[in-house]
Formats: sequence, structure tokens, C-alpha cells
Amino acid sequence: MDVNFPVMEGPVCPIPISQHQHIVIGHGSGGVLTHDLIRNVFQKHLGNVILNQGNDAALLRMWQEIPEEQNLVVSTDAHIVSPLFFAGGDIGRLAICGTVNDVSMLGAVPKFLTATFILEEGFPISDLECILVSMAKAAEEAQVKIVAADTKVTEKGKSDGIFISTTGIGWVDRQYQISGQSALPGDVVILSGPIGNHGIAVAEARGNLGFRSQIQSDVAPLNSMIAALLGAVPNVHVLRDPTRGGLATTLVEIACQSKVTIRLQEESIPVDRDVRSACEMLGLDPLFMANEGKLIVIVPSDNAELALETLRKHPYGQKAVPIGFVESVSDGQLLLKTPLGTTRHLDMLAGEMLPRIC
Amino acid sequence: MTVNKTSPESIRQTKAVMEEIRRITTRPWNIMEICGGQTHSIMEYGLDQLLPEEINLIHGPGCPVCVTSLELIERALQIAAVPGVIFTSFGDMLRVPGSSSDLFGARARGADVRLVYSPLDAVKLAQENPDKQVVFFAVGFETTVPAIAASLLHTEKLGLKNFSILPANVLVPPAMHAILQSPDNRVNAFLAAGHVCAIMGYWQYEPIAEKYQTPMVVTGFDPLDLAIGILMNIRQLEEGRYEVENAYPRYVTRAGNLTAQGMINQVFKPVDRQWRGIGTIPLSGLGLKEAYSHFDAGTRFDIQLAQLQESPLCIAGSVLRGVAKPINCYAFGTLCTPSNPLGAPMVSAEGACSAYYRYHKVN
Repeated sequence: MDVNFPVMEGPVCPIPISQHQHIVIGHGSGGVLTHDLIRNVFQKHLGNVILNQGNDAALLRMWQEIPEEQNLVVSTDAHIVSPLFFAGGDIGRLAICGTVNDVSMLGAVPKFLTATFILEEGFPISDLECILVSMAKAAEEAQVKIVAADTKVTEKGKSDGIFISTTGIGWVDRQYQISGQSALPGDVVILSGPIGNHGIAVAEARGNLGFRSQIQSDVAPLNSMIAALLGAVPNVHVLRDPTRGGLATTLVEIACQSKVTIRLQEESIPVDRDVRSACEMLGLDPLFMANEGKLIVIVPSDNAELALETLRKHPYGQKAVPIGFVESVSDGQLLLKTPLGTTRHLDMLAGEMLPRIC
Repeated sequence: MTVNKTSPESIRQTKAVMEEIRRITTRPWNIMEICGGQTHSIMEYGLDQLLPEEINLIHGPGCPVCVTSLELIERALQIAAVPGVIFTSFGDMLRVPGSSSDLFGARARGADVRLVYSPLDAVKLAQENPDKQVVFFAVGFETTVPAIAASLLHTEKLGLKNFSILPANVLVPPAMHAILQSPDNRVNAFLAAGHVCAIMGYWQYEPIAEKYQTPMVVTGFDPLDLAIGILMNIRQLEEGRYEVENAYPRYVTRAGNLTAQGMINQVFKPVDRQWRGIGTIPLSGLGLKEAYSHFDAGTRFDIQLAQLQESPLCIAGSVLRGVAKPINCYAFGTLCTPSNPLGAPMVSAEGACSAYYRYHKVN
């Protein structure tokens, strides 16, 4: 008999260790470990009366809250980002803000979120707690409740740390006609602030820059700014957040949806100096860099001044500027007037944005 | 000092230079910008829209991604697929189509393909992964060579046995010879690439300008730099001169960067190289010298290549030689787009077709 082998005096039934530092496959079993994880980690940070009921589904007594003239709005979004933590944010804040913002883009007030967590075996629970704290903070800022949640655990190597999928529910006053299809010739295009910060902050966190910068992601919930805007200017035609694909891709989408030509003035598009320098060094174009806390507003020209004034009063819209206008009816195109007075055609980002060699 | 390239002052000066070009131009001239970075800037700022009708800018073969031969891309794809290899490359090389796939496709099929900003990052990967073979795809003009040479010298110093390169670098002067010798050549003058000259100097261009009686101006990348480069070329053409002039003296000297050249000469030697769409140009590429040949991934990995096939629709060769413009291509913007490129010039932002597609599809 191998002397190193533990001697067992009769049959033993090992009791699972309940205090893990890392996610183990048993956390996805649906058994004791899952319940411990839900109670000790998820409910600790995200808990509220509805979530804590622990039912298979959340019962939302909405007739108490939704006035008759409102429509229900739903949006869902999956969040994967590498690395999970970056300057100015993390996957948790992103998962709340991304869905809150998507719901808000129809002019709706986001109220409830659901969240699904795909965790990889071995993921540190301390990191999970940091992410949940960040989610709770963002949810509080956005005034939304997480009412249902689910966790699954994959074997090590079958996923990448943590993926979070969130679904948002909100309601919108029927008077608003806000949609990507609503841009009309003569409308003014407003941008709530400088672009490209999120894309560069994530690139830096990935170690892709090869240098350090002070650039922070702009990830933020935009719903309170949108509520203020709609309070002052109910006649907004389009709201859209220029996330993946950046400002240019988003505006091409709107131009195609509304079947119009949008003309931008390159000099009016705000880009922070650090972001511009980083983009130039890396051969990237800020017009195509991702943002997570910026808003495109398209309004009739009569309302543009008031819209700008209202946005600038909000912390997330202080640097709002008009960047162009909807020129004419067409099959959908985006034109950029360069500082030299020449015109450049902008198209959607094709595939992943690749840094140039020279 | 860095001047903001779109400051009101530089915009005013650029417009003034364009006015001067209009004033002195008396007949049609074809000017080729050799470098893809310049093509990109011209399109980004719409400089071609400000030139008089007589001036035709021809986009040269200066996109290193575009001219990398199908054979080298296939070789890269096969090396990347070898188990235990980490294949590294500059970004825009990843999406260049080989005959059946690109490096992104190889990654999706399980190859470990990584984007790096510098060959030294690839050496670092080799240090961190001693049980893997790290290969760097050495593409680019003379601009990327000093860093690649430095990475090999560094690897040697570290005694690393698991780093190699797939040599694919190309040189500008032999390409100029090839273009000017071609029977269908239309080029009257060249904008020489400022960053290439910053390293290599421009004395090598003097015999070419003399032999083919073709003026050349070393030119930078900002709108004002490009406008001045074009103006100086037109002045020479109108006056019947054919000299090499330097419009980028803030970075370029006639001799270039001797330290960088020393490193290049220590590691590399000129070899014949095939240019995609153009053919083989004698002594137009860089291969490893005997003493460094053990760093050649082409020999380290035993790769058998099958018959290679270019898309029959693609006219990249004519575009790269300056004989056709992207808009002359039947597939341009329809069958061939940046999302679904048939040929390399549609892939890189520096590629003439991509630059046309992105910036020029106004009407």
C-alpha cells in the first residue's frame, strides 16, 4: 500500500467545501453551492424585494405604475469585454448602462432589468463581487431594479471569465415618435460630448497602446439626461448611442433607416486631444471608435437650441454640440465636410477596426 | 514641434498652396504617391478634389499589405495552423484574403493568431511562452524593417530559440524602377514617402530620377505636406527639371538614419520578391543574411503549398501599377467591398480600393 495514500477507516462521504475563493463547477449545479452563491454573493449586492422572493420569475405589478397612455419597451444585450476592468468602468457597469441606454433610446424610462451571468470555472469570487458592486452602483444611479437573474457555470476554458447578458424593461409615453426612421431633412444632429474615449480606454487596458494615458471610458447611464431632454423637447426625432462601430457607423445606420443624407462638419465633432493622439499613433479613426456614454440627438432645427441647452445642464452632456444636419431625402448616406471644404463619404465599419502598418 | 494638421493656419496655407498649383499648371500631369499612408491622407482630406483637372494622382503600390504575395500569405496561414505556433502580425494583415482564407479565418479554426503593434511585442510573447514557437509576419516597407532587425538582434542576445520571422519586407526604389520601365507607364513624377526616407535617406532616388528623367519630392502625410509635395513636383515638371527634392526636412535628411540602416544591413540582404498583382521584381525584398537565416520561419517549418488562385475578377495588379483606378473595376463596390474583399487593396485602410470606397463614394 502506498504510504502517502490517506488511510480511510470505512466509507466516507466528502462534504463539499462551501467557502470557495473561485467559481467551481458545482456553483452551476443548482444545488447547495448555487444557493450559497446566490445568497452570499448575488443577493448581497443586487438584492431587492422582487429579486429576493426567489421565484422562477418576477411578478411585476405594473398596473400600479404604468399609466394607460404608455407602451412597454424591451431591449436585451450581451456583454463581453476583455479585460473585465478598465479605466472608468468594468463589465458590470457596462452591462447595466448598455441595456439602460438601449431602452432609453426610444424615449422610454427603464425600470427593471434581468441579468444572466455565464461564469467560467475558476473565476475569482472577489472579482465577481467587484463587478456586482459596480452593477449595483450603476443600477442605483440609473434608478432601475434587477428583478430576475440567472447563473450558469462553464468548464474552465469553455468561456472567458464572465459574460453578462441583461434585459431591460421600461415604458414610454405614446406621444413620442422617437425612432431611427424618424430623421427628416432640416433636422439638426447633436452629439452629447467627445468620442472615442471608451475604445481607447479598453485598448489601453488590453495593453495594446504600449504607453500609458489618462483616458477614461465614458460608460454611463444616459436615461436621466434623456428624461430631462424629453421634458424640454418632446419633439425629438431620433435618439441613438454610438456604441460599437462608433459615431460614423451609427449615423450611417440612421441615414439608411430614415432614407436621408446626413452631412457632418468634421471640425465640430469633439475628440479629446489624448484620444486623437492615441488614435493617430495606432492608425485608428475616432469616428469609428466605440462609446458607451454618448448620445446622438436628431431634432427639428427649431428645437435644437433648447435641446443643446438642456443637454449641457446635465453632467453627461456638458460638452454637447451640433455636428451636422439632415440634408435631403436619399437612399441613405453620410457625408463629412473636411476642414479643407472637401467632402468625404463615410461608410459603416467593415469587420474589426484594424490598425494600419505605416 | 508637432503642428496641428487641421489648425486654421495649416488649412489656410494648404488652400494657398492649392491656389499656387492652379496658377502654375499648364498641362496634364500624372503624379504617383508611392505610399499607402499618403493615399489615405489624400482621400481623408479630399485633397484630390482641390486639384485642378489637369493633375491626376495615381495611387502607387505602397500598401505593404496589398503587395504581399499570395504565396507568402498562404505560407503564413499554414504556419499559423501548425500546433504549438503563436503567429503574430500587424493588424491589417489579418484580414488580407489568401486563396481560400485569411488569418482571422485561421484563428476561428483554432490557430493562435495575435495582433501585435511591434515585433518586439512578439519577442516578449516568445519569452513568456517558452514551449511555443512564436512567428512574426515581417511585412512592410523600409519603415518596419529597423524594428524587425532590432527584434532579431534582441532575440539573439536573449538566446531565445522559439522566435522566428516570415520575411516579407519590400523596398521602394526597385518598385519605382519597375513602374518607370513598364511599357504602359503613365507616371510623370513621384511623391516619395517621407517616413521611408526618414530611415533610408533619399540619395538612392537620385539615380532613378536621373535615369528616367522623372522628378521626385520627399513628402510627408499631413494635408499641407502633401500639397507642398505636389506643388514642388508640378514646378519641376513645368520647368522641365527632374531632381529629388525634400519637402519633409523636419524629419528627413539625404543620408537618413545611419544607425537604423546599420541594423538593417547587419541582418538583411536584398532578394528577389514577388509583388501581388505585379510579379517578381529583382532585389525588391529583404531576406535574412546567412548568419541570421536560422530565424527564417519559411525554412523552420516544412510547408508544402498547393496551386494558388487569385480571384479572376480582381484587377488589383493594374490598380497597383497605376494603370487603372479602383472605379474602373467591374467588381468595385458591388462584388468587392471592405466587408468582402476580393483583393488586397480593398482590405487595408492604405489600399487604394479601400481608400476609394471609404472616402470617394460621394455620388
